[in-house]
Amino acid sequence: MMPEIGHFALIIAFCLTLMLATVPAWGAWRGNVIAMALAPTLAIGVLVFVGISFGCLASAFLQDDFSVALVASHSNSLLPPIYKFAAVWGNHEGSLMLWALILALWTAAVALFSPSLPLLVLSRVLSVMGAIGVGFLSFSLVTSNPFARLLPGTPVDGGDLNPLLQDPGLIIHPPLLYMGYVGFSVAFAFAIAALLGGRLDASWARWSRPWTNIAWGFLSLGIMLGSWWAYYELGWGGWWFWDPVENASFMPWLAGTALIHSLAATDKRGLFKSWTVLLAIFAFSLSLLGTFLVRSGVLTSVHAFATDPARGMFILVFLALVVGGSLTLYAFRAPAVSSKVTFAWVSRESLLLCNNVVFLVATLTVLFGTLFPLIVDGLGMGKVSVGPPYFNAVFVPLMVLLVPFMGIGPVSRWKGDDVARWRSELMIPAVVAVVCGFTFPLLHAPYNIWVALAVLLSSWLVLGLLQDVWRRLRNASSPARGLQRLTPGYCGMLIAHLGFAICVTGVVATSQYSVERDLRMSPGDTQELAGYEFKFIEVTQVRGPNFTADEARIEVSRDDVIVASLLPQKRRYLATGSVMTEAAIDPGLFRDLYVAMGEPIGNDGAWAMRLHYKPLVRWMWLGAIFMAAGAFTSVLDKRYRRQRHVVQSGNKAALHGA
Amino acid sequence: MEDGSRAFVSVADSGEWRAMKSVCWLFAAALVVFVGPALALVETYDFSDPELEVRYQNLTEELRCPKCQNQNIADSNAPIAQDLRRLLHQQLEEGDSDAEILDHMVARYGEFVRYRPSFGGVSIILWLAPALLLVAAFGVLLLTLRSKSRAATAGVASLSVEEQARLQSLLNKAEQDS
Amino acid sequence: MGPRLKLFLPLILFAMMAITLFRGLSLDPSEMPSALIDRPFPAFNLPRLGGPGLLSQADLEGQVSLLNVWATWCVACRVEHPYLKQLAQRGIPLFGINYKDNDADAQRWLDELGDPYRFNIADHEGTLGLDLGVYGAPETYLVDATGVIQYRHVGVVDEKVWKTVLEPLYQSLTVESGAQ
Repeated sequence: MMPEIGHFALIIAFCLTLMLATVPAWGAWRGNVIAMALAPTLAIGVLVFVGISFGCLASAFLQDDFSVALVASHSNSLLPPIYKFAAVWGNHEGSLMLWALILALWTAAVALFSPSLPLLVLSRVLSVMGAIGVGFLSFSLVTSNPFARLLPGTPVDGGDLNPLLQDPGLIIHPPLLYMGYVGFSVAFAFAIAALLGGRLDASWARWSRPWTNIAWGFLSLGIMLGSWWAYYELGWGGWWFWDPVENASFMPWLAGTALIHSLAATDKRGLFKSWTVLLAIFAFSLSLLGTFLVRSGVLTSVHAFATDPARGMFILVFLALVVGGSLTLYAFRAPAVSSKVTFAWVSRESLLLCNNVVFLVATLTVLFGTLFPLIVDGLGMGKVSVGPPYFNAVFVPLMVLLVPFMGIGPVSRWKGDDVARWRSELMIPAVVAVVCGFTFPLLHAPYNIWVALAVLLSSWLVLGLLQDVWRRLRNASSPARGLQRLTPGYCGMLIAHLGFAICVTGVVATSQYSVERDLRMSPGDTQELAGYEFKFIEVTQVRGPNFTADEARIEVSRDDVIVASLLPQKRRYLATGSVMTEAAIDPGLFRDLYVAMGEPIGNDGAWAMRLHYKPLVRWMWLGAIFMAAGAFTSVLDKRYRRQRHVVQSGNKAALHGA
Repeated sequence: MEDGSRAFVSVADSGEWRAMKSVCWLFAAALVVFVGPALALVETYDFSDPELEVRYQNLTEELRCPKCQNQNIADSNAPIAQDLRRLLHQQLEEGDSDAEILDHMVARYGEFVRYRPSFGGVSIILWLAPALLLVAAFGVLLLTLRSKSRAATAGVASLSVEEQARLQSLLNKAEQDS
Repeated sequence: MGPRLKLFLPLILFAMMAITLFRGLSLDPSEMPSALIDRPFPAFNLPRLGGPGLLSQADLEGQVSLLNVWATWCVACRVEHPYLKQLAQRGIPLFGINYKDNDADAQRWLDELGDPYRFNIADHEGTLGLDLGVYGAPETYLVDATGVIQYRHVGVVDEKVWKTVLEPLYQSLTVESGAQ
């Protein structure tokens, strides 16, 4: 019965979403207050019913209801309960339900947490989000029904969740990613509402900033988790492969970074209004494009869902309608004349524009590289592959280009500034950064020019930030007052830029200084790697909840002091018989030690082992966490909460004015 | 979608592994989110020269496994990947250069097998694109900045000297608050 | 109208991308054409399965032929086998490459299921396979009378594949070689 309830709830949710997409928008067009006021209620209604539907699906998984086809394919009675729950989104149909649920959550959140928003704007925004919901719910109902039943002929037990997914990573990575993807739909909705309103002023930027920052923060966390998960799960010590699906998550992030900076300029100075609208459309379009790439089978990827060109067609049509429609609206409604607001060559505005340029070029480069094999194949010119060697070669220089501007940014002034002032403010950080860059790599032989460059750039960033904080505290009457005057917006920027510096350092250090050896080891063997001794002690048989395993014990010591005892496993899952390697990692702030078992070699107990030494690899993820923390901090700024009072009288005026 | 042409199974070495592998591949292809088993390192190679091992590691990351779902031959344990690794080891020990080895692979498996697109033919556009985009974008940026700053100086110049000074001090104060 | 025209640029670019994606839906990204099309069959010197002596690429010249890469561990090869026997009965020259297999198993397989091949090249190590660009079994190569590879089909050869793809090409190549 439950699956049917879930199915009906989904249908009701679809109807409500359809109403949400049409009625308030019509109300905004006609000035009908009642129609507009329906929007928040409808949004909450959609959330309730999508929630019920999702709940029914989850309970089917948790109760091992193998009459539901999805549960039969992707779950198993031996699966630990937490993975039964996570298995809900470990497949195409269920992950669409998660998308729909998160979309409903964001829509309801916008409805509930925007008391200061004029009803005219709110109704349009919620309608746009409703329209997106229509697409996803109809996609689900028409092509990917999660509640399809296997009756009669219900299997006794399920096919089991892919062992690679039986990991805490599955529990949090997709939800965080989707929070990011869907969150960009809010900025998109605000942009469209602004275009529909026909009067593109800067207020839409102020309203969308907190939502966009939160979405970007979640996406940063989601990508970081994906990278971390691949690192410890896959057993080859890699953390980014420029795979099409990974790129599909990275592109919205890159565009989103340009967007959050552009929104700042539009908010503060009323500049770049139509450009920021375009960026908002672009960022969300990339989210939708990602959905398409992952589920259509158009590009080969290890991460792709079971692909189906028919489903791909549906998403493509949806993409064409949403993106094509919004770009058409943009072409007709965006102001053709640029704003009267001006700024000098040397100013914060131009630095932000440089940021936008770099991130835009980076996004387009990744997009082009990802789609290139498809383009070439479509033109009948053969099959090519575009992989990490290409992306690393083109992406890294772009980031290098970015950092000098990032260092000056926080110090710069709006509208007009002076290069001489920059020079005097930043001379010390610049010099110290160069010194650090040259000397730091000397600590770790051999000297590596890329690491030197990375240290130079990161130090430049960090020192510039510290310098700016120092300047502000110094100008205040007392340090305490100075700290008080550091707004959450400023602190957010500080933390996020710091995170970026940490991330860059981690990426370069680990790419350049990692040591890896594949070799044959028998119990009793010792291997030296990067100053550590890896001693293979023994192999034992262990048993897990749904697997059996060969577990090796490796003792790692340095200078005769044991630093870690690692237990990599070679697991065999009982339900499917599939074999998987579970790497053992000794994590550390400054280095990771990583051991993975391969296959047994010969009959004397020898195993193929992969040993890794990975310096500063955690800094990469730590940096991403800082970036997300910075984004979340910036939202606490009271200027977003101040506007509660201004609004109500403005509503009537706005109604007549639009 | 799964027609007969996709149902073939690739090389395997021992009995039970073959059967299990074929079942696994069909199963995985049909159902799973994450296609491609985690690394099962099946062989290790000894190199006469540590420099060769470094080249081996780099080359295995440059070459794509011809039949996997987007994996390089370092990370794949498909039998064809194993064969290619063995071939690679052999060629390195024989003293072939990186270019020769890559050409050898491309001659047999096509450009598809290289993750670094070649500099010739249609892929040249891929290498030029970032630079061209950057130049174009900065070009647009410069044009925008020029028109903005012309308007800015025109605007400021319409104020008197005291007004400009007052304006500047007001702006500075506002800056400190933001 | 000029500045407004600029605003249509994103839409135009998007349309181009959408068309590419649409085209992509009808393509198969994992399908790989052989890199050896229009190139001569690679040189080899390998034993004949179940017979004395060595075979080389010269033994393939003289007629338009099909070369089938198969092995006893390959499940799909078993599926394709009966149809290959039909083709052989119709007089199509069919040669086999026994890929990464052992002779005893291969011989037993052929005894049990029938032998449609004029001869079989025993490629134990897979060296010929590597030179051909084989990445899995079964694969079938269409080679013309002068020993130049004209086509490769990856996967099972059945009635549909033969009728739509291989036969037309085979016929045209036979006519060409007949004219010479």
